[in-house]
Amino acid sequence: MTSLDVKAPAAGEAPSSPAGGPPRRRLRIPARIRRGGLPYLLLLPALLFELLIHLVPMVVGIVMAFKELTQFYIRDWGRAPWAGLENFRVAVDFDAPIGAELLHSFWVTCSFTVLTVGCSWLFGVSAAILMQESFRGRGLLRAVFLTPYALPAYAAVITWAFMFQRDNGLVNSVLGGDSFWLIGDNAFWALTTVAVWKTWPFAFLMLMAGLQNIPKELYEAASIDGAGIWQQIRRITLPSLRPVNQVLVLVLFLWTFNDFNTPFLLFGKGAPEAADLVSIHIYDSSFITWNFGSGSAMSVLLLLFLLLVTAVYLVITSRGRKGADA
Amino acid sequence: MRTMRAAAATALVIALTATAAACGGGTATNGEGSNKSPKKLTYWASNQGPSIEADKEILTKEIAKFEKQTGIDVELEVVPWSDLLNRILAATSSGQGPDILNIGNTWSASLQATGALLPWDDKTFDKIGGRDRFTESAVAAAGAEGKDPAAVPLYSLSYALYYNKKIFKDAGIAKPPATWDELVEAGKKVTKGDTYGLALEGSNLSNHIHQAFVLAKQHGADFFTADGKPDFTSDGAVAGVKQWVDFMAKDKITSKSAAEYAQNQSLSDFSKGKAAMVLWQAAASTFKSQGMDESEYGVAPVPVQSGTPGQGKQINSMVAGINISVFKNTDNLDGALQFVKFMTSDAEQKILNSTYGSIPPVKAAQQDAAFDKPDTAVLRDVLGTSAAPLPQVPEESQFETVVGTAIKDLFADAAAGRPVTTESVKAALGKAEQQMTKS
Repeated sequence: MTSLDVKAPAAGEAPSSPAGGPPRRRLRIPARIRRGGLPYLLLLPALLFELLIHLVPMVVGIVMAFKELTQFYIRDWGRAPWAGLENFRVAVDFDAPIGAELLHSFWVTCSFTVLTVGCSWLFGVSAAILMQESFRGRGLLRAVFLTPYALPAYAAVITWAFMFQRDNGLVNSVLGGDSFWLIGDNAFWALTTVAVWKTWPFAFLMLMAGLQNIPKELYEAASIDGAGIWQQIRRITLPSLRPVNQVLVLVLFLWTFNDFNTPFLLFGKGAPEAADLVSIHIYDSSFITWNFGSGSAMSVLLLLFLLLVTAVYLVITSRGRKGADA
Repeated sequence: MRTMRAAAATALVIALTATAAACGGGTATNGEGSNKSPKKLTYWASNQGPSIEADKEILTKEIAKFEKQTGIDVELEVVPWSDLLNRILAATSSGQGPDILNIGNTWSASLQATGALLPWDDKTFDKIGGRDRFTESAVAAAGAEGKDPAAVPLYSLSYALYYNKKIFKDAGIAKPPATWDELVEAGKKVTKGDTYGLALEGSNLSNHIHQAFVLAKQHGADFFTADGKPDFTSDGAVAGVKQWVDFMAKDKITSKSAAEYAQNQSLSDFSKGKAAMVLWQAAASTFKSQGMDESEYGVAPVPVQSGTPGQGKQINSMVAGINISVFKNTDNLDGALQFVKFMTSDAEQKILNSTYGSIPPVKAAQQDAAFDKPDTAVLRDVLGTSAAPLPQVPEESQFETVVGTAIKDLFADAAAGRPVTTESVKAALGKAEQQMTKS
């Protein structure tokens, strides 16, 4: 709001200063509305579509969570009885099978997310720093690093699924073992590998952009002062990347936690227990069981959790930044 | 500025209220069918042939006859199996669906429960020549017991045992196994090196259900009680599932790699001679497309525990097949019924079923010489004498997923060399059963 308030008069001023020519009388809108309204008018299309594409389905989903929307009612939602908090009660009753499965899936997703975001960031930052120095073939290497990000997820993950096959897969022939990767406990590692492979180029791209903004003089001054490469990274690079990291880690976290394509394409329906991510779990709980109320309730819980994490994260990081600024 | 803010807030509230009202209202799909647009029909066909394109070609040719007879314009869409159920769900909840559609017959009771499909009472059946024209077992797989069917059988299939004649001959096996003991014995005889006795798919959920259903029945058990409650942990159900997993875990007549098969890899293993036997429904066209000649394999009924196939504990296949349904809110009810009549006419049944390698559920068409081929003759006999429909309960789709996944996990155990015991099978099925019930 604040930024809009500042801009508003500036935007409204242009038409209200007739620099010659006959004044147009037909469209006479009071100056007050003209001045205040224009930014909102310009925002209106975006706002409408935002409402239509994001907010409306979200609200519908939240309403569904309070209904007993099973196959008996999907033909006419209006008839579906209100379930109150029943759907939520079943989802968080961790002693009962449905709640216990959801909790298990939640822990799997947490470890998957931490590993994926951690590795992606680490790979991203290492590659970005290496790519700072100019050397022969740097452009090519950059392009190669970014390929996973440019490939369509479907094609890429299907290819990985082939590579993870036990008999004819590339992974086993390179590692020389005969383990299963797509079933059983190894499925978790297969899933994490693919997710990291798919995610880290984005981290690389963002961090590379961030590195461009660090003045060269800082490094020169540091090396004159006798700082080694590690010290330069620790004392200059990482602190300077802080604002980039703050956004990057949050975005990576949200994307990874919600990832549906990767597990669904790797395992299809009925993901192995070790790789039962929460998004797949919710899909199974609504589309396979045809209990959309229960699935929606789980989605709402997921939404609340992600909102909470985001809020806490933003509070902590911005407090840290204020402290640093002071 | 304050007024603008108030206006924005008001707009938001209005939008939210409108949304809530919209989803509260739902769509007006509870109307019965009408004949508002008598010259147009939409048909969603399932994928029965080697590809979507091939199906389009086959069906367009037949539908042209119908269009000529009636002057009704039929818009055909062949929907892949991976999308069909979700498309039907979306059509059901939005009310924007086709007039006529194919459904897998195991979904009949689930879709019947939504109330979106036209029920086939005797009067409606009479419009397409009467219920008696169809085999009883196929009609039984078109909806829950005691209710008017939600669909009409279109193509019927059953399981059969396909065996490689050469491998059998080389091992000195004179005739295909008729009991499971014989199958295991034959399997052990031929399993050596890269060749295995039996090909199966450890990650194929619906196939697991089909096999577990038959084996449990043979042990005298059902996965659902008479009043529709899940009952997965009875001794018979456990024994049936264990027998299926034991082909890999104990008998070791199947390749460990099969634990991750889910997409017809068992059929290619069989057609490449890497496995001597496979249990499948109407696999002839697939073998042909993979270069295996009809003369190279034999077809026999699926084994039983002992004795000969029959009803009750002696069944050896589910009633597999495709049903055709009419959406209740169609705008061309008469036309839709005419179309179902056309598709289930004796002449069309012969043409379509012989093209697809399935068996006509229409009795009169079944006796045609086109279905006397070695494999179709077996399928036909099994359907007539020793097949039973999967449980027709609204939770069928959920049952397939939870029990199918449990069996998939057991195969993963077997492949990793972990023991599969009666206790571990019972525990896995117990967990699956708990997921079927709320709270």
